[in-house]
Amino acid sequence: MAHEHKLEIFRGLLKFKSNTQKIWGVLIFLTIVTTIEVALGIVKPRFLTHGYFLGMKLLNWIFIILTLVKAYYIAWDFMHLRDEKTPLRRVIVWTPVFLICYLIFILLFEADYIYNVYTEGFITWDF
Amino acid sequence: MDATVSTGTEDSVWGGGNRPLGASYGKMMMWFFIMSDALTFSGFLVAYGFSRFKFIELWPIADEVFTHVPFFHGNYPMYYVAFMTFILIMSSVTMVLAVDAGHKMKQKSVILYMFLTIIGGAIFVGSQAWEWATFIKGDYGAVETNSGRILQFVNAETGERAALSDFAETLPEERIKHQANEGIWFENEGYKTSYSLNEVVEGFKATPNILIRTEQLNEEGEKTLLDRKESLAKILEANQVVEGANLVHNEYGHRLFADFFFFITGFHGFHVFSGVVINIIIFFNVILGTYQRRGHYEMVEKVGLYWHFVDLVWVFVFTFFYLV
Repeated sequence: MAHEHKLEIFRGLLKFKSNTQKIWGVLIFLTIVTTIEVALGIVKPRFLTHGYFLGMKLLNWIFIILTLVKAYYIAWDFMHLRDEKTPLRRVIVWTPVFLICYLIFILLFEADYIYNVYTEGFITWDF
Repeated sequence: MDATVSTGTEDSVWGGGNRPLGASYGKMMMWFFIMSDALTFSGFLVAYGFSRFKFIELWPIADEVFTHVPFFHGNYPMYYVAFMTFILIMSSVTMVLAVDAGHKMKQKSVILYMFLTIIGGAIFVGSQAWEWATFIKGDYGAVETNSGRILQFVNAETGERAALSDFAETLPEERIKHQANEGIWFENEGYKTSYSLNEVVEGFKATPNILIRTEQLNEEGEKTLLDRKESLAKILEANQVVEGANLVHNEYGHRLFADFFFFITGFHGFHVFSGVVINIIIFFNVILGTYQRRGHYEMVEKVGLYWHFVDLVWVFVFTFFYLV
């Protein structure tokens, strides 16, 4: 990495004067996101725990999306992927993302199948 | 063949010293390592998801498991883990500041920021050790049924969880720890519980305001509470008392939850620990002026990448273990 940094986050909405300032800005952002997560985890609003999207609670969707947002800013600004060359960034990010999505897909489907075997089979598992 | 063919590219391409994609050899290798480690961690977390989906109706509720804060009594779900997360993010920030100071060749600032990073990492590892100790020690105690399901106790008047000591009777019986040399050779008790099963069952029958809570989650996403009559029938299925959690028994609910907790947070904690050790080595190198003489602080940047990765993994562990 050269010594120049890209200093804007939120697609240029927020531009910092120096790299140090950007680091503190990202920290504030990450802290806000974590606070929202913890607050939601404690309050658990009813409409979020009873609303479903694609078989998962809305609250869990929010948690997962906020986690990915945090992961993005840690990788882009703390691990300075933002300043790396585009091909390097793509190799680092898309290879694991593809493999992990595949892994999640097969394992969770399989687990759901086993759950159905347990509940619909003619054997009791609680005795 | 005595004629050497020269392509004219030996020096520029194969002569070494190349920086493909603008990253130096060391940094590229650190990224290789991080990617493989990321896949390892995802393997663990997805395996956790697998077991959770398999037992989706029985899985413990994390808010009810991790409710303690050091030096405070009472029920504070999540606060301490949130604090730990903040500490780790904070130490990530001091690490970036150290890298930034390194680019500007400010040795004094690098020393200060590396020091703060090490302190943050140490606080995190210490917190995790405390979290483990609390989890292993247990909270209220429970009984396990023949099929390995956990039955917990609730006070019917307050609706709060009841500890075994709240109702168990002390019977004039002798409790002998089961040793491997008596009876079947592969069976021995790891620890002796404070009350025997008999004392818990008798105490339960004698205390009318204690109800049983099963692992089953109802539509509200809460554990099922049996009424007194059902409770009295259910207690007969109990075959042992469980206090705390280990790899075989877990008073908080499904034993796989404890297994994955020890495995995943343990593996992450080991990463943090080794990160702290590597940080300390680099810290001393910075003090000795090694990188000042070398003319660049790329080593700080590389160890920084590892440190941020540990933070990144924690963000996911936090979500999937404590929030979702």
